[in-house]
Amino acid sequence: MSRNSYVLTLCLGGMWSIVISVLVSVAMSFLTGIAFKPNLTNSAALGAIAGLLFLHFKSKSIIILFTIFACFLLEFPDKEIIWISEDATRLQKILTYTIYSMVLVLPLATMLKSLEPGKVDRFDFETSIIRFLIGVGFIIFTVAVFIPFYVMVMTSLKSQQELLLNPLNFGIDFSKGLGLFRSYYELFTDFNFGDYLWTSLLVSVLTVIITLAFAIPGAYAVARLKFKGRSVFSQTILLIYMVPMIVLALPIYIGFSMAGLRNTLIGIVLIYPVTTIPVALYMLQGYFRGLPAEIEEAGLMDGLSRFSVIRRITLPLALPALASVSLYVFMIAWNEFLLALMLLDDPAIFTLTRGVASLDSSEVPRQHLMAGAVISTLPILILFLALERFMTKGLAVGGVKG
Amino acid sequence: MQNAAPKTLGPLSRREARFAWTLLLPTILSVALVIVLPLMAIFWISFKPIALEDLRPASALVREQLRGKPKQSGDAAIIRYKIRNSSQKDPIFGVTLADEIPSSLEVITVDKRCSLKGKNLNCSLGAFEGGQRETLEIRVIAKQDYFGNNLKITDSIAKVTGRGENILTNFNFTLKNFVHVFDSAEFWTVIYATLFYTVFGTIGAIVVGLFTALLLNIDFRGKGLIRGLYLFPYVAPVIAVAFAWVILFDPFSGSINALLVQMGIVDTPINFFGQKPYALIMVTVFEIWRYFPLSFLFILARMQAIDVEMYEAADMDGASPFQIFWYLSLPTLMGILSILFLLRFIWTFNKFDDIFLLTGGSADTRTLTVNVYEQAFAVSNIGAGAAVAVVIFIFLLFFSIFFFRFFNREEGL
Repeated sequence: MSRNSYVLTLCLGGMWSIVISVLVSVAMSFLTGIAFKPNLTNSAALGAIAGLLFLHFKSKSIIILFTIFACFLLEFPDKEIIWISEDATRLQKILTYTIYSMVLVLPLATMLKSLEPGKVDRFDFETSIIRFLIGVGFIIFTVAVFIPFYVMVMTSLKSQQELLLNPLNFGIDFSKGLGLFRSYYELFTDFNFGDYLWTSLLVSVLTVIITLAFAIPGAYAVARLKFKGRSVFSQTILLIYMVPMIVLALPIYIGFSMAGLRNTLIGIVLIYPVTTIPVALYMLQGYFRGLPAEIEEAGLMDGLSRFSVIRRITLPLALPALASVSLYVFMIAWNEFLLALMLLDDPAIFTLTRGVASLDSSEVPRQHLMAGAVISTLPILILFLALERFMTKGLAVGGVKG
Repeated sequence: MQNAAPKTLGPLSRREARFAWTLLLPTILSVALVIVLPLMAIFWISFKPIALEDLRPASALVREQLRGKPKQSGDAAIIRYKIRNSSQKDPIFGVTLADEIPSSLEVITVDKRCSLKGKNLNCSLGAFEGGQRETLEIRVIAKQDYFGNNLKITDSIAKVTGRGENILTNFNFTLKNFVHVFDSAEFWTVIYATLFYTVFGTIGAIVVGLFTALLLNIDFRGKGLIRGLYLFPYVAPVIAVAFAWVILFDPFSGSINALLVQMGIVDTPINFFGQKPYALIMVTVFEIWRYFPLSFLFILARMQAIDVEMYEAADMDGASPFQIFWYLSLPTLMGILSILFLLRFIWTFNKFDDIFLLTGGSADTRTLTVNVYEQAFAVSNIGAGAAVAVVIFIFLLFFSIFFFRFFNREEGL
């Protein structure tokens, strides 16, 4: 199989150009609210030309040439790379094409930099393809992850009329100043979101404390003490998560209804830790096992009781693991929604997720719903970003729980 | 790993074992109470003819009234108790009524089912049929001090007791729930939706996770930021991101539809979460979007543990990037990939929240777990919901046997 750099350049240039023209069109549509429509055939052709030019001249300065050429195409109907509605100003059009040219040529130059005209060896050939895939992958994944979150924030800052007027407009009207946050203000004044925030915080913190109180001794026992059934226990504890929550929720609902625990925060605080204890125990026992047993044995020799050994030696050594587990459990409790939905009916004791669920009705405008979503997401994301190291570790180990 | 255990149990190791069980006891108890007990309850309930309203057992209710409006001392009046069975169909047994008659009312005659001791009235009324009502009348004469202190007859609350038969604890069993579940027209639609969602959601999340892990295995500036961003879908509350998706894809005011229409890709907006072929695909895409971070974390952790020397050796031998990926990376990742597949398969199968929030199970997206909720709470047939839960168990059992065999052969786990 002969590998020709011309063929490869044509293909990569064309495909990259398609990706970029779609990306630029979507981005400009969202930013301005005006229609931008990529012409895929034209953009593929132009991208292929750009690739060939670069392959030949090996210079990034072809951007200038390229931008001028692309803008020139604007003057001919049906020849343009991105069709732009008449509402756009001349400046917007030229800006679009300049951005397109830059984003097309610069990464393309990196992708093709190891290619020489003519035949290429397999290594260079595949390296170019991989660079192309990396570029496309980053663009697609970043956009796909980012857009729903951006829409959440953007919608929460708009008014009903603005939303219906042009759904395409992703811009934020900063001239409104503090008026931007009207939905948030209303949620806190009319919808008790302040209370929900506190309830969620209280429930989550209590869940973390209770979970640790149960899981630390259990994990220590499984990791350090010898007893029959130890290995079975440590291996099967996670089997609990094979059981779907909805299946447990049904009898719990019945039991709580009969015991009068439904619609109480006590009921919620009783049930949340049980859903997190097994995974916390599993995570902690793994960490305890990794700690050197000699230090603990030295403590035992010096006459400390087992409890003091745990309190004075094991736990201080395990602080990073405790942080990871606590954050992970906090996240689960904070995000929990199914049990809150089934067990809580009284708006006075809603948790945040239950409060957001109550906003999902035709009577509540959707900017309120999205503001509620932002309020419930923001604390956990801030916590995540601030303590990413611990959180990532917790996710990586605890992720075995769905 | 630790010091070698002696073969026989000495008193010390017995004490250690006892201590270990003491430490584990709270966990075992709580897990038994909230997981094992409900599981057994589900099997029990699935054979019960029980609806949501049956959760409140039949009980006796009473209303108390003073008839005859006494105006002055010596006027006659009647205390009337109206007692009824709260349930229209279930009987109650051993109904009794107890009340305190104010001393300012002098009792003349007492119903023959009742007895009066001092101020205390006790009546025993026997069994009540479903929907049965009874009236008790006590003739009284108002004394002078009745008018002075603004007394109401309901100040002392009449208490009624009675044993209703609780449908949960009796021994009436039925197979109706299972017949209902298997016979319903949508049963196969539910199974199809479940399998589609599970298989494609699992594979999709792992493939995307593998791809992103490969991307993030490269060193570049801002890598931490991108990695953090890629974890957002999993870290954020499901309720927030699910509603964001619903709004993003809304047929009337959703940005995606506006974009598609404007670009001329579609003529009329698509109701992504409410229209038949799209809804199931969309919930699967959402599942991939939300859970690929988990896969990529696992895979990335494994990748970073791979020996660099192996790659260097391959490089020296002139292996191309795809060859390295295919013959080196992928085989070393196969273990974690299959474990991920197993875990994600079962958890995707068990997933409820996501579909419930996105479509509520409409437009053929009702999976088995959503069906449990639908039957138990939307249709109020708890027995049928439990029957669906039992079907879920049968599936899980089947999966675990299958996976167990497969893994025994492949991994020696």
